[in-house]
Amino acid sequence: MTSDALPSDEPRFDSVGDVRERLRKVDYLSDEGIAGIVYLADRLGKPILVEGPAGTGKTQLAKSVAEVTGARLIRLQCYEGLDESKALYEWNYKKQLLRIQATRGEGETAGWDEIEDDIFSDDFLLTRPLLEAIRAEDPVVLLIDEVDRVEVETEALLLEILSDYQVSIPELGTITARQIPLVFLTSNNTRELSEALKRRCLYLHVDYPDMEREKEIVLTKVPEVTEALADEIARIVRSIRQLELKKAPSVSETLDWARTLVLLGKEHVDGDTAAETASILLKYQSDIAKAVKELASNPQGVRTGAGPAGPAR
Amino acid sequence: MTDAPAAGVAGPAGAGAALLDLLNGFIVELREAGLPVSLTENLDAMEAVQHIPLDDREAFKYALAATLVKNHAHWRAFETVFEVYFSLRGPEYAVGEDGAPQLSPEDLEGEGDQPAGEGQGNGQGGSGDALTPEELAEMLYQALLRGDDAVLRAMARQAVKRYAGMEPGRPVGGTYYLYRTLRNLDLDGMMERLMQQARDDAPEGLTPLEERLEHDEYEHRLEQLKQEIEAEIRRRLVADRGVDAMARTLRKPLPEDIDFMHASREEMISLRKALQPLTRRLAVRLARKRRHGRKGPLDFRNTVRHSLSYGGVPAEPKFKYPRPAKPEIFVVADISGSVAAFARFTLHLVHAIASQFSRVRSFVFIDGIDEVTRFFEGEEDIVAAIHRVNTEADVVWVDGHSDYGHAFEVFWNRWGREIGPKTTVIILGDARNNYHASQSWVIKEMRHKARHVYWLNPEPRAYWDTGDSIVGEYGVHCDGTFECRNLRQLERFVDHLV
Repeated sequence: MTSDALPSDEPRFDSVGDVRERLRKVDYLSDEGIAGIVYLADRLGKPILVEGPAGTGKTQLAKSVAEVTGARLIRLQCYEGLDESKALYEWNYKKQLLRIQATRGEGETAGWDEIEDDIFSDDFLLTRPLLEAIRAEDPVVLLIDEVDRVEVETEALLLEILSDYQVSIPELGTITARQIPLVFLTSNNTRELSEALKRRCLYLHVDYPDMEREKEIVLTKVPEVTEALADEIARIVRSIRQLELKKAPSVSETLDWARTLVLLGKEHVDGDTAAETASILLKYQSDIAKAVKELASNPQGVRTGAGPAGPAR
Repeated sequence: MTDAPAAGVAGPAGAGAALLDLLNGFIVELREAGLPVSLTENLDAMEAVQHIPLDDREAFKYALAATLVKNHAHWRAFETVFEVYFSLRGPEYAVGEDGAPQLSPEDLEGEGDQPAGEGQGNGQGGSGDALTPEELAEMLYQALLRGDDAVLRAMARQAVKRYAGMEPGRPVGGTYYLYRTLRNLDLDGMMERLMQQARDDAPEGLTPLEERLEHDEYEHRLEQLKQEIEAEIRRRLVADRGVDAMARTLRKPLPEDIDFMHASREEMISLRKALQPLTRRLAVRLARKRRHGRKGPLDFRNTVRHSLSYGGVPAEPKFKYPRPAKPEIFVVADISGSVAAFARFTLHLVHAIASQFSRVRSFVFIDGIDEVTRFFEGEEDIVAAIHRVNTEADVVWVDGHSDYGHAFEVFWNRWGREIGPKTTVIILGDARNNYHASQSWVIKEMRHKARHVYWLNPEPRAYWDTGDSIVGEYGVHCDGTFECRNLRQLERFVDHLV
């Protein structure tokens, strides 16, 4: 690796437990896998590719890590048509023109080489997120968000940075990172990323949290909620996620739902409340209908030997 | 390899080489299972494990997964290989009596509502050997009721020991032992009891919602128990037969490599799970391709207009906006028993990306043929639609054995006129015609009228034209015949189609 040339090489975290603990302090509840991989990424100096369904806190992970390490977060939002001049760097063309004109106006007889050296210098360089992260003096966390949105060809832009932490600018030479930033790439998996990109990263799949963790997340993020209500919310959401839906509820939707229930002053979720507020959890009409129907029905054939169970709706 | 567990992770000095060996074998096995592990990733894994405490099994697993597995669909395959290779590591996973967590009386009598006999049983055996089956069932019930993981694990261990009837050197697969263990535990009855308990506990009965939640909760715990049992069986098998032999037998194909025709129930589920992200990916990819694909033909007028600014020199050629025609798709699928699963997946896939086509019409047949497009129209839930296809479509004419010839003939008479130059016809089936007349002239006629006629066959190419398969006879009239045994091949075909 290239790490030998870099001055600041102290690890940011002491242990996996340390990662978890510090993330918890900024209200990000990680599990063993997430914390372990963040720790490894720090030690190995490798980027993390975070994949998983939408709304499971992939972007939030990068933000939280930046917060706990006291680093600046530099974010590159990817989109179709992203190119070099938006991701890496661009020459400030207008300023260069001005400079040339100014030279002419003063009547100096500057040589061609001189002017060329002059206008292709740092002053005329517009740094974009990737270059900015590489050149940063202070600690940074680089977040490359939704990397699956760029075309396969554009991915190649990232490769040099991800493996060697450097950017080559033809006119200036190669700029190497002063410190290895923590890099997070997130992907919603709308397409398969190239092998070359995956090979350079540690892979982390963030799935929906299990019930216990989801409950904790609800409790942390929505402090007004009672323990019993959080438990109920987590259990209902788990049941809904087991159905075959177009779009399963994400963590952020769970939180919205919890907030709604608190606003409505509910202490307890019954079938009617769940049906009325299902539109916050689910975003497709067919999903809502299905969930409401499934939740109200007895699982796998009615086995109510002990009489009718509850009021029928 | 088998002595590696003995060297263990405990002795850091001597274990280095042994661990390296073990990791190498592990990675070779991953590649055998179909995971694309590159050399760099291999090196990364080696580096990664140096940074984590080796006695932390979970951390070890995540370190390997993060460096070696770059696709979530491969996780299961990875996990299986991992379990086989490293199942004997870590004190709490040791096979045998000494290392095992004991079933201590305190664990089980937390509620104090148990007969005293059990405590005594635990006292002497230490591992619950002396329990009667009824007591064992009772303990299991209590553990499930309270969701006590440690006890559940111990119970799984005990159940396997007692019920699986494993004998050293017996060449039986793990599923057999799993089946025997589960049959003896009677988990369905257990579920019933748990639900009954939940109902009795509730003061004024359970609402349907609560009932559902309780059910899901217990289901979750039972699932955990099953996994523990499975893991325990695997551990014992590995201890008996050695790592390499077990890695081969337990190897699970990746979801995209599962054969449609021979998928087990569990594999079907993972196939269905894999299908959904696949359709989404395909739709995005196809839409993108359509937008960014080739440029349209030269736009002469526009070029001339722009040439004026260059003094009449056409320096900047302009192209028309590309508008590739969306094909109209006719899917004609054999849904007889042998190929039903394949037809279902293909129908699902095609309808899920229906927006990429101007129109999709589906026909299903066995020996009669019926149009099923109506089931998909206005139905958002494709799974439900396919279920209706299977139950409501009128596809039996005489005896319910595939008769391609008759089905094609009827198809031609009823819908043949609607095939036009924009239509692509996709025929799904193994062409096992039960020695009926082939009527391959229908395909020939179709090809004259349609844009393309493709044939997808879920059988391996080597079996084509053997026995009563006459795919060759139809194939000569098609634009292409494709072997389509798994999702990977199906995806490739759909990509080709657009």
